[in-house]
Amino acid sequence: MMRRQLPLIICFVAGMVMLAQNFIPPLTWIYQQAIAWARIIASIALFIGLISLVRVHTTKLKRKAPGCQYSYVTLFALCYMMLAGLLTRYHFFVWLHDKSDAGSTGDYIVSVFENAFNFQELFLNIQIPIQATMFSLLAFFIASAAFRAFKARTFEATLLLIAATVVMLGRVPLGQMIPWIPEITTWILEVPNTAAKRGIMIGVGLGMSSTALKIMLGIERTYLGMKD
Amino acid sequence: MSFLRFLLRMDRRIVFVLVALAVVTPLIFPLNLPIEVTQPVRQLHSAIDRLPARSRPVLVSVDYDPSTVPELMPMTLAVLRHCFSKEIPVIVTTMLPAGAGLARDAMETVAREYPNLSYGTDYAYMGYKPGYSLVMLGIGEDFHQTYPSDGFGTPSSELPILKNVKNYDDIAMVVDFTASAAYEVWIMFAHQKYGCMVGAGVTAVMASDAYPYLNAGQLEGLLGGLSGAAEYEKLIDKPGDATVGMDAQSIAHILIIILIILGNIAYFATRREGNTTQTAARQQGASK
Repeated sequence: MMRRQLPLIICFVAGMVMLAQNFIPPLTWIYQQAIAWARIIASIALFIGLISLVRVHTTKLKRKAPGCQYSYVTLFALCYMMLAGLLTRYHFFVWLHDKSDAGSTGDYIVSVFENAFNFQELFLNIQIPIQATMFSLLAFFIASAAFRAFKARTFEATLLLIAATVVMLGRVPLGQMIPWIPEITTWILEVPNTAAKRGIMIGVGLGMSSTALKIMLGIERTYLGMKD
Repeated sequence: MSFLRFLLRMDRRIVFVLVALAVVTPLIFPLNLPIEVTQPVRQLHSAIDRLPARSRPVLVSVDYDPSTVPELMPMTLAVLRHCFSKEIPVIVTTMLPAGAGLARDAMETVAREYPNLSYGTDYAYMGYKPGYSLVMLGIGEDFHQTYPSDGFGTPSSELPILKNVKNYDDIAMVVDFTASAAYEVWIMFAHQKYGCMVGAGVTAVMASDAYPYLNAGQLEGLLGGLSGAAEYEKLIDKPGDATVGMDAQSIAHILIIILIILGNIAYFATRREGNTTQTAARQQGASK
């Protein structure tokens, strides 16, 4: 009974108090405390994510699942970047430099390791090119997909096609040289686009409010794993 | 008709090669096409330009990861250059773990160009804090409690730039660069709840989503994609990567439009031919 009712009571009380503090200034301290608590919980969630990642990949390795060799790469990169981050953050190499004589072999070795574990340089020279390259591939696929699939089959598709073409032209210098294109682009973005987006946003906002109310009142219980 | 059939069956690798040529050629042989500044970009520039020097800081949030660096980094650098050139204090932060390195890199890149400005007094890097919207709300309540130290571990209380920063009242403006809906959360909390001005720089595909906020006055200004960045570079008279990239983007857009038009011509021509063949076959069948 309590297993079912207690979470609902906590949810109701927490929801009502957070709602009430918007209108009752003396309750603001609860809001401030709630933010601090929630930030701590968010930080713990990072650790849970880390544990989950390690568990998934170690399980893959234990079972020798297909493609498990990539798990070695993931785990190695995870440990290496974590170590690099910690060593940089706590100025470990600065401390080692202080301990060794300037210009000595020891100092040179420390410099080599300092470069090898430079978190920022690793990030700038490995992660950025890898991720940027992956995302850049989209340009090729979008061009190919647009060529193959963007057909004026129906009235709606034709409207979309014309609007997209005009906006694509209006957003680049070559297109802006064509008379009327910049004005039509601005009009499409500011009038029909804004009108449609506002309608969607208001709908989403109302949906969120009603869902929040349903959760607070215990009508919506699926977040607890209950069907009703 | 055979050309149209070829178009319909064209290997997509040919499209890839055409796109690659359209992007690479203008980068090697720049066209220096004129860049027209649009109103949303001008609005953000004016909002920052109006801020007094050495007064309340601008909070720049680098909420994107390396995948959108080509589009969003030029605008981040352009806005930072504008603030640094006007000696407007800048606090750089991020709500994404992968944004920490980018935020630091952007700040350090621009800081090197302005050796007269010093870290801690004119600019500061707060690093990444988990919690996203909670961090944004936390800044509104107590900046120093939310950021007890900067991104390098120095206590916030020791940084002169943060001495008078208690909450959003002490921040002139928030400028968010993002490839996600982070700017909407900044609007919800920093602007609507605490009344702080918010400006945004987003990827080109997301720019249309931000127009309702811009028209409602909830966004001070908007930079959309590489073109937004190039326009801002023009306004501050410091051409950078975005200005160079606009030639490539122009040619790539024109190529995609040509491909779409050719694809449609081929589709309709072959469909009409198909219809004619079907009708002829039906008539032939009926006569038999």
